[in-house]
Amino acid sequence: MKYLYKILILLAFALLSSNSIFAVESSQPNDKAKPLNVRDFILEHIADSYEWHITTFNDKQIAIPLPVIVHSSITGWHVFLSSELHQQHPYGLFIPSDGKFKGKIVEKDASGVEVRPLDLSVTKVALSLIISGILLIIIIMSVAKSYRNGVYESKKGFVGFMELLIMNIHDDVIKPAVGEKYRHFAPYLLTLFFFVFVNNLLGLIPLFPGGANVTGNIAITFGLAVITFLLVNVFGTKEYWREILWPDVPLWLKVPVPLMPLIELVGIFSKPFALMIRLFANMLAGHSIVLGLTSLIFVTVSMGVAMNTSMTIVSVLFSVFIGFVEILVAYIQAYIFVMLSAVFIGLAQVKSHHNQ
Amino acid sequence: MSLLLPETGLLFWMLLTFGIVVFVLAKFGFPIIVKMVEERKQYIDESLLVAQQAHDELQNVKAESEEIVKNARIEQVRLINESSNARNAMIQDAKDKATLEARKIIEDARLQIQEEKMEAIRDIRRQVAELSVEIAEKVLREKLDNKNEQMDMINRLIDEINISKS
Repeated sequence: MKYLYKILILLAFALLSSNSIFAVESSQPNDKAKPLNVRDFILEHIADSYEWHITTFNDKQIAIPLPVIVHSSITGWHVFLSSELHQQHPYGLFIPSDGKFKGKIVEKDASGVEVRPLDLSVTKVALSLIISGILLIIIIMSVAKSYRNGVYESKKGFVGFMELLIMNIHDDVIKPAVGEKYRHFAPYLLTLFFFVFVNNLLGLIPLFPGGANVTGNIAITFGLAVITFLLVNVFGTKEYWREILWPDVPLWLKVPVPLMPLIELVGIFSKPFALMIRLFANMLAGHSIVLGLTSLIFVTVSMGVAMNTSMTIVSVLFSVFIGFVEILVAYIQAYIFVMLSAVFIGLAQVKSHHNQ
Repeated sequence: MSLLLPETGLLFWMLLTFGIVVFVLAKFGFPIIVKMVEERKQYIDESLLVAQQAHDELQNVKAESEEIVKNARIEQVRLINESSNARNAMIQDAKDKATLEARKIIEDARLQIQEEKMEAIRDIRRQVAELSVEIAEKVLREKLDNKNEQMDMINRLIDEINISKS
């Protein structure tokens, strides 16, 4: 406890000094500079981008350029690095700073209206996805490799930890939730769990391979939800479809107005929709909170040194706290996503209970 | 809000990446781990069962061996008793036989002694008879040198015979 206090005080002083210097320096030339727009700041950071911005140093943007792949309906396929977008407008493509397609690559069609080409660019989120995918394959395959020797032994260290995680999900989530046919779905559901988990965790690391808001991007959760939706409905039993289209309710609820079947049909779509929104909103909120707390430091610069100092301390402490909470959330959200997917798949595996 | 609209390009990369990850891991990753862990679990369960059985068996063997030792003890005591009885009987038997034999030998010896004594007596008697006859002969030869004497003698003898006859 003693050490903790010392560390916190030191940390506070370090932040205090660096921030006051920063404040002094920036207050002079920045008199005319516009104040930080927190909303834009947060939205910019949680949104996808065509380059991987690392930092701005001495007014110079340091960013990793990423490949842009677009198919324009006018000029066809184009592949180039995103750094080219800053200097000129290659092939008539550019990123508008305002309007409907703000921050996305657009081109002008014949009538001068901004339209979006087919955009398959490897964006920040896409690259982060690919990195985490490779990372996940390396991790799991290395774990699997240590099992290939066919010797029955208790695993130690990292492999043991991964075994704990894997078997926990497999035995306590997938097995009871899916039911009899869990073996068919277990590999997919396990991959799903680790995919979400690794992406959640990578999103918490503020440096290069991490930091992208992957699972807080609707396209990612949409994709995952669509796959779960397909698995639920493609492998659903006859009884599952019968319960949807002809449920065991009084006849007047089904004929002439198919009220219950309609509600059930909505249910088919609302389940994966809930999955999609839950993960998306949770991860988005986590990133937003951290960003909001960080921007607190810069917002309070204009309110004087005392206010700025105390708010800096508060911001750092809260960020650390939220960081811990986010680690928990990263696991819980992955867990819930897989658990609900497993439950939905399990619900679609119903057997007829009329013969009972 | 662009935040809530899934990007086509991102969705494409997402499905591609996730598809590859699922393909690799669901084929070569997780099934191997899960299979191995489950096999190991089964192996451990079986081993525990076998160990339990072995333990039970050991207990049985222990109980059995104790039973055997106990039986052996009883048998030992029985055998010792039996053999001591047999020994006693044998000794008794031998004693009896010996006594009998001794008695018989003594009896034989006595009989023999008796017989020899009788023989000796007979012998003595015979010798005494012979001696007396000889003495008598010698006495008679001397006495019967004259005729009177001879006649006296004859008469006396006849008398004696007559007396013993009457």
